[in-house]
Amino acid sequence: MRENQTVLDVVTEVQRKHEPTLAYRFACRVGVCGSCAMTVNGVPRWTCRAHVKDVIDTSRDQTLLTIEPLRNLPKIKDLVCDLTPFFEKWQKAGGKFDASESRHKPPTKIDPDNKARASANAGIECINCAVCYSACDVVAWDVSYLGPAALNRAWTLINDVRHASRESILDKVLATGGCTSCHSQGNCTRYCPVELSPSESIASLKRATFFGLPATG
Amino acid sequence: MPRFSAYLPPVNPQMNRTLFIAQRLSALILGPLVIVHLALIIIAVRNGLNADEILTRTQGNIGWAAFYTTFVLAASIHAPIGLRNILREWSALSNRIIDMSMIGFALLLLTLGLRAVIAVTGS
Repeated sequence: MRENQTVLDVVTEVQRKHEPTLAYRFACRVGVCGSCAMTVNGVPRWTCRAHVKDVIDTSRDQTLLTIEPLRNLPKIKDLVCDLTPFFEKWQKAGGKFDASESRHKPPTKIDPDNKARASANAGIECINCAVCYSACDVVAWDVSYLGPAALNRAWTLINDVRHASRESILDKVLATGGCTSCHSQGNCTRYCPVELSPSESIASLKRATFFGLPATG
Repeated sequence: MPRFSAYLPPVNPQMNRTLFIAQRLSALILGPLVIVHLALIIIAVRNGLNADEILTRTQGNIGWAAFYTTFVLAASIHAPIGLRNILREWSALSNRIIDMSMIGFALLLLTLGLRAVIAVTGS
């Protein structure tokens, strides 16, 4: 193990040189696809962009690297988790895009300076890696909780003028396990590898329970 | 500890929303009232806590009666909703039992609170 290796490199090396049966998941290796998240020294991380020197403190003679599957998800084998519950909750929060116009209409004009668009943009770059879902203690004790990623997705769609079912999302995120279950602990925001703030999205959903849908026009 | 990895029983979204809003609004009312109440305690006990002194200030005073009636109403709304959330997360009780006991708890707070308000402000 060298300090300039990524954790994913280390896992690959272990599989190729020491343990050929080791199962793990990855695809792009460059922090785009969100497939390779694991628990590294107790912390959920994207392993392809986490270097060994970032996760172990060499100045304190730390040499041990502990790699485990993500928390809060059923384990399939070794480092591979079943992400089905994660994506089911994404759907349950109303995360499927529902176009308000057909392809025969001209594309909707969107003002990039619009406040709602700015809110949507702030959360739109989620790579579905489930790091936030794994970091969240509310997910750990309440399986019905939709989790940070799904609620962040719901908030981006509520702010999307092209989305046809904006009203129904508010009902979905207020049902059991919705935004009001969040304890604002902020682990999602702390560990999000692409530095989004699901906490802020969830807080905004809570505000929307008072003031209704944000204006998109 | 909370019931780890348990599915919490479903709740009605509209009810959830109403209670969420009621809890926040009652907190908004309680905030300043609590500060005034705490300040009052500090001022009131400076010369020792004395029933006569308190009653002289409060008896027949419509202002204090209104202040503490609002306080009791807000607390009777706020506390049971919060306790309901805690019980839903931490206990194995059913929604129905929790809701019924919280209605009971709200009525208890309301009765005891209003009784106290009448006792110290009525003349």
